[in-house]
Amino acid sequence: MPTFIKRILGLVIVVFLLVAVNAWMGREGLFGFGLPYYYAEILNLTGISIILAVSLNLITGFTGQFSIGHAGFMAVGAYASVFMTVYYSDSAEQWLTSLLGATLAQSLVFLGVIIVGALVAALAGLVVGIPSLRLRGDYLAIVTLGFAEIIRIVILNIDRVGGATGFRGRVPPWDGRLIIPAYANFIWIGGFAIITIVVVYNIVNSDVGRALISIREDELASEAMGVNTTRYKVIAFVISSSFAGIAGALFGHFRQFLHTNDFQFIRSIEIIIMIVLGGMGSITGAVLGAIVITILPELLRKLPGDLYGYRLVIYSALLILIMLTRPQGVMGAKEFGISWLKRAQRRPEGDKPIGEKGVPIAQQSTSPNLDQPKEIEHR
Amino acid sequence: MIPELKKPISVSKAKVLLPLAIVLMALAFSCTRQAEEKDPVDRSTIKIGYFGDLTGPNYNFGKSAINGVLMVADEVNQAGGIRGRRIDVVIEDDRGSPEEAARLTAKLIDQDNVIAIIAGGTSGNSLAAAPKAQSSHIPFISPSSTDPAVTQAGDYIFRACFVDSFQGEVMARFAANTLKAQKAAIIFDFNSPYGRGLTDYFELSFAKFGGRIVSKQSYTQGDEDFKGQLSSIRAAEPDVIYIPGYYSDVTAIAKQARMIGLTQPLLGGDGWDAPELWQLGGDALNGSYITTHYSVDDPSPAIQMFVESYKQRYGNLLPDAHAALAYDATRLLVDAITRAGTTNGDKVRDALAQTKNFPGVTGLITINADRNAVKPAVVLKLQDAKFIYQETIHPQIATPSPSPSPSPTKKRRTL
Repeated sequence: MPTFIKRILGLVIVVFLLVAVNAWMGREGLFGFGLPYYYAEILNLTGISIILAVSLNLITGFTGQFSIGHAGFMAVGAYASVFMTVYYSDSAEQWLTSLLGATLAQSLVFLGVIIVGALVAALAGLVVGIPSLRLRGDYLAIVTLGFAEIIRIVILNIDRVGGATGFRGRVPPWDGRLIIPAYANFIWIGGFAIITIVVVYNIVNSDVGRALISIREDELASEAMGVNTTRYKVIAFVISSSFAGIAGALFGHFRQFLHTNDFQFIRSIEIIIMIVLGGMGSITGAVLGAIVITILPELLRKLPGDLYGYRLVIYSALLILIMLTRPQGVMGAKEFGISWLKRAQRRPEGDKPIGEKGVPIAQQSTSPNLDQPKEIEHR
Repeated sequence: MIPELKKPISVSKAKVLLPLAIVLMALAFSCTRQAEEKDPVDRSTIKIGYFGDLTGPNYNFGKSAINGVLMVADEVNQAGGIRGRRIDVVIEDDRGSPEEAARLTAKLIDQDNVIAIIAGGTSGNSLAAAPKAQSSHIPFISPSSTDPAVTQAGDYIFRACFVDSFQGEVMARFAANTLKAQKAAIIFDFNSPYGRGLTDYFELSFAKFGGRIVSKQSYTQGDEDFKGQLSSIRAAEPDVIYIPGYYSDVTAIAKQARMIGLTQPLLGGDGWDAPELWQLGGDALNGSYITTHYSVDDPSPAIQMFVESYKQRYGNLLPDAHAALAYDATRLLVDAITRAGTTNGDKVRDALAQTKNFPGVTGLITINADRNAVKPAVVLKLQDAKFIYQETIHPQIATPSPSPSPSPTKKRRTL
């Protein structure tokens, strides 16, 4: 089958799956089976976590620049897009509805405000990134940490977005929507999660990605090889922050309430835990980390009686346990995919490690990454 | 043999982890929707959801509140339940996070099938939880969220306490009339809607009573050092210092204020009202005044009976305002369910909205059109590890209006 048709087919299947899952999560359910909305809620939050983790992995895992302000960019995107929805989208939506019908109009407006969120977050990333990424070392960590806090305090002081009370719709002296519309459903969240994965995958496997990985492995050497390290670092950082902005926009329209307490330092750390747990420099690892970190605390709620009080202790202990047994993260820098499954299946019977006779050369380098002799922890 | 064995082991390790992750996912997604219909005449338990800060900086609020809620549940169950149906309280911890609060609301409604929720110690968490309760038509009563915005989130959202505007106004009135203060300084938690709300309304009312704010300083929760702000307050020479914060910060501020030589009376709100206040603050708090929901020293028999049975239940612990408010909130709900004769969310909501002159331990409670509780406030003096009852201030026209228009003439003072 030509790649072209394969891709179209893939796209159709993905869209169909998203629509089906979304219907399953709705009030009516799918063929009489519905997903309880507590699970639907967790599924949606997992999708948002995946966007955050995979995008952070681009700058921290693949480029090796430690950013600890991802929640700040998420906040920028969330507040910017919700601000647009609440104060400036009403008339546009009415006009579009008269032209195209309600569903399409809503979708267009939502797409518009998501783009606004992404652009504003990207701009913030550019402003933060250009000065701090010129330097080598931990400066980005310090600057992003400061940025996230500054953003939070600034938002806290803008009365028009609710300030300390939180943002749930127009604030009285101003005119706008009373409550934030619940635009985001699983089609949007799941769709953007897939888009994020595809975009990051393609970046990592392009020449830009090679440059980024070379910066992670040895910045001095890659500069000596003619890589404009600042430029590539800024590119990665801006892309990463714009996806955080998208995640924020989705979060705002899903939750219908924004509060600065949800974008504190601890949120950034949570995203870092996702990629450290899943494996820095692995897209599937980041996805896995996002899933585990979002679902695990909820699963632990089911603990019986007295154990329930200790669920956060158990949660932390589990994380420590994973880090002790897999310090490079569950996936390390490897990817999990169909080719990986094929190899894993072949291994036990063959009794031969990969790369030996019996396994075609073509399958040896199916990992989308470069061959990485070093694990991240050795750096 | 041994070196050959090594490889397969590492392979199987990876193979265990992945299925584990898949199983985790499957576990989370596999459950099906439970049937929600109920028999018209059943003897099943009535499930009420509760969540609050059981851990985190203000854990005491949640701990006290849950005591109050459980006490009502036990009292009702011992008396035979509501029309023969027992009450069961499902407890969750929101760690003080709005995001967590929203998720828990979904969980309580969907997984535990609660018929009403009593939750949201702090206003931010109530606001985050409100959309879900509203869209599921589940009555939501916040015992202690004083931000006016909370009940504006929907007509299923109620509160069992007075709003910030009323509390700020009461303290301004007390400072100007009883303490004869002319100049006041304010130091408030910048991040909390509670602190900002009280500050705004205190400022407004204090000006109306002829007072002047000479210095206004801010901090954020968790700050350790307040000497800079306090020094500039000292330079402004106020008669009183208003600190509308939560007990954990307030005690540190009080200690440092005394340390740098500020001897003026400190004024506060119901955020001070916690058993830990004295352990953390000690003598620095002597001579302070707070506005709160009720006083354990109030001689009325209803309050004394409540205090006695609370002490009996919880090992001589005195019920603070959060315990009393949660107690009242739960009793409001029980009263509404009894009057509605059903656990149907819409009917219970209607019954709640019609509550009039309900005799709670925190005063006569009437739910107004904005679903706010209209009720009196008390002023207490802090002296030698005791809260000394000063006076009760009643709302008269029965609307502590959410708009910033405090009108002193509407208030009637007793005592």
